[in-house]
Amino acid sequence: MIEHMIIWPILLPMIGGLLMLLPPFKGVERYASRRIFAVILMLAQITIAATLLITVSSESPIFYAVGNWQPPFGIILYADTLSTMLVLLTTFLGLGVVLYSLAGEDRAGRYYHPLIQFQILGINGAFLTNDLFNIFVFFEVLLIASYSLLIHAGGKQKTEAALHYVIINLIGSSIFLFALGTMYGALGTLNIADMALKISTLSESNLLLAQIGGALLLVVFGLKSAMLPLHFWLPKTYAAAPAPVAALFAIMTKVGIYCIFRVYTVIYGVEAGELIDMIQPIIWPLAIVTIIVGAVGALVSPTLRGMAGNLVIVSVGTLLIAFALRTPQATAAAFMYLIHSTVATAALFLIADMIGLQRGKAIDRFVISRKLKSQRFLGGCFFVIAMVVAGLPPFSGFLGKLLILQAPSLNADKFIIFSTILLSSLVTIVAFSRAGTTIFFRHAPVRDPAKDLSDSPDLSIWQILGVVLLLVASPLLTLFGSHVIDITQLAAQQLHDVNMLIDIMRIRGAQ
Amino acid sequence: MELLYVICVGVLTFSGIFLCLRARTFPVVVGLTMLGYAVNMFLFSSGRLNLEGAAILGMAQNYADPLPQALVLTAIVIGFAMIAFVVILSMRARADLGSDLVDGSEPPDTRKLVKSKRGDA
Repeated sequence: MIEHMIIWPILLPMIGGLLMLLPPFKGVERYASRRIFAVILMLAQITIAATLLITVSSESPIFYAVGNWQPPFGIILYADTLSTMLVLLTTFLGLGVVLYSLAGEDRAGRYYHPLIQFQILGINGAFLTNDLFNIFVFFEVLLIASYSLLIHAGGKQKTEAALHYVIINLIGSSIFLFALGTMYGALGTLNIADMALKISTLSESNLLLAQIGGALLLVVFGLKSAMLPLHFWLPKTYAAAPAPVAALFAIMTKVGIYCIFRVYTVIYGVEAGELIDMIQPIIWPLAIVTIIVGAVGALVSPTLRGMAGNLVIVSVGTLLIAFALRTPQATAAAFMYLIHSTVATAALFLIADMIGLQRGKAIDRFVISRKLKSQRFLGGCFFVIAMVVAGLPPFSGFLGKLLILQAPSLNADKFIIFSTILLSSLVTIVAFSRAGTTIFFRHAPVRDPAKDLSDSPDLSIWQILGVVLLLVASPLLTLFGSHVIDITQLAAQQLHDVNMLIDIMRIRGAQ
Repeated sequence: MELLYVICVGVLTFSGIFLCLRARTFPVVVGLTMLGYAVNMFLFSSGRLNLEGAAILGMAQNYADPLPQALVLTAIVIGFAMIAFVVILSMRARADLGSDLVDGSEPPDTRKLVKSKRGDA
């Protein structure tokens, strides 16, 4: 049973999503059955992902040959601690998003729940596969679901943002295919483990091809992860998307980061001969500039959700800095920060939406407006999320940033990393306090307080549940910090151990 | 044959990129389609070009690499779906935004902006 378990995180959302298009769940009036089914699906996926993570981290990574075509020929799913950890993160985020959307967002369009499932299917697939072309296929699955989710419920702003997002991602997909063609031409395989094995034995002309392929892949993954200078699409898209969808998108930039880690640690890793760490010198300055641009963007953005989008860019930059260090310790720190920042940004998008709902026409713009109806609850949430994102103790952001700060060993690296990350945290705090003072303390003079608040909608219990679920994850990550750090260290160690991957696949000497 | 093939892929890619940089959605969609064709041909050639190669073992002396063909099939199907989506989306954008410009509106006329500056009435 356990050997087939790897494919369940892909099959379950697919079958579930398809079932939701069929009679017992189809139709506008049967939204209640769709909701129950969606929550059950998410809970089932979390259970499976947790079981997988426990199995893989306590025993060894496992691979699954789809259709029983053995590596290096078939399409291989590969579950190590890293990928199962991220699948668990995705499904957890999915549960929060589904719960939040039960407040009414899901009724704005008929196919909301199936699309969320397809999106999760694509993300899980991208994490679990060990075949570069299969990553492309799952990218397309998650992209086409995200295109539809982005324009969910329609609207002028959403259409414009979606148009830009779709076009830039279609160009990205073309570049991805060019990269895959180049890599296949050079290496004769697209299985990541097999590529890692073959890249050390390339002739000089093929080496050049592999280098070009690697550089093209960086463009694609950089686009997905919103690395500078490919980040322009992100703040606008995330600000236009419906809140639960934006929260789910928080994991999408991390898919790009995951691919950068996977491809450039395994394929262009220790076994790569001349191509060892070929992108590291490029990533290093780009990561720092990404943080700076994101931080400046967070300071100047006119809306709370625009600010959240820019904070996503800051977190991407922080992850890339940890990548550029290229040690297992730094990688482990990056994974810790990745888990934290995904949950934190998702919660931030949801809170921004709740604030916007209660401010009437001002939505989440930083202008003087009326008082919030749930001032205390939202103020508390905002305070907590500000501390989480900025990285203040006792929340997980502190732990994540601390681990990244501890990672570098050279003094020159230390100087740059300390100054960038700490300054970006300071800027984040400033941005949050600017946002918080305007939203919570500066109100227009009110003639009749009771009347003024009466037309603000109440917060739904589902919204509160979804946000609290994501918010509570952060102190829990600190509370069980030693376990989480153990798991991330194991994940980093398995990722850096390319020979173990090749041995597990049993492809050494197979050619 | 190689030269012809390379020129075809190159010209298609060039036209695709050129059209993608236009301001209106129709040329952009055509550009994306061309980029898709170029990429499919490129993928197809990644198994090296050779003539009269059989795809089935035991039928001939030369074999063609079957994997790029499978990859191209997948890429064609995905590309087709994506283009269909972007066509519908750009029609929707034409209706929602009131113009077929990718940015949704004409770029502001910079000369007018300079004239209407404050204190310059």
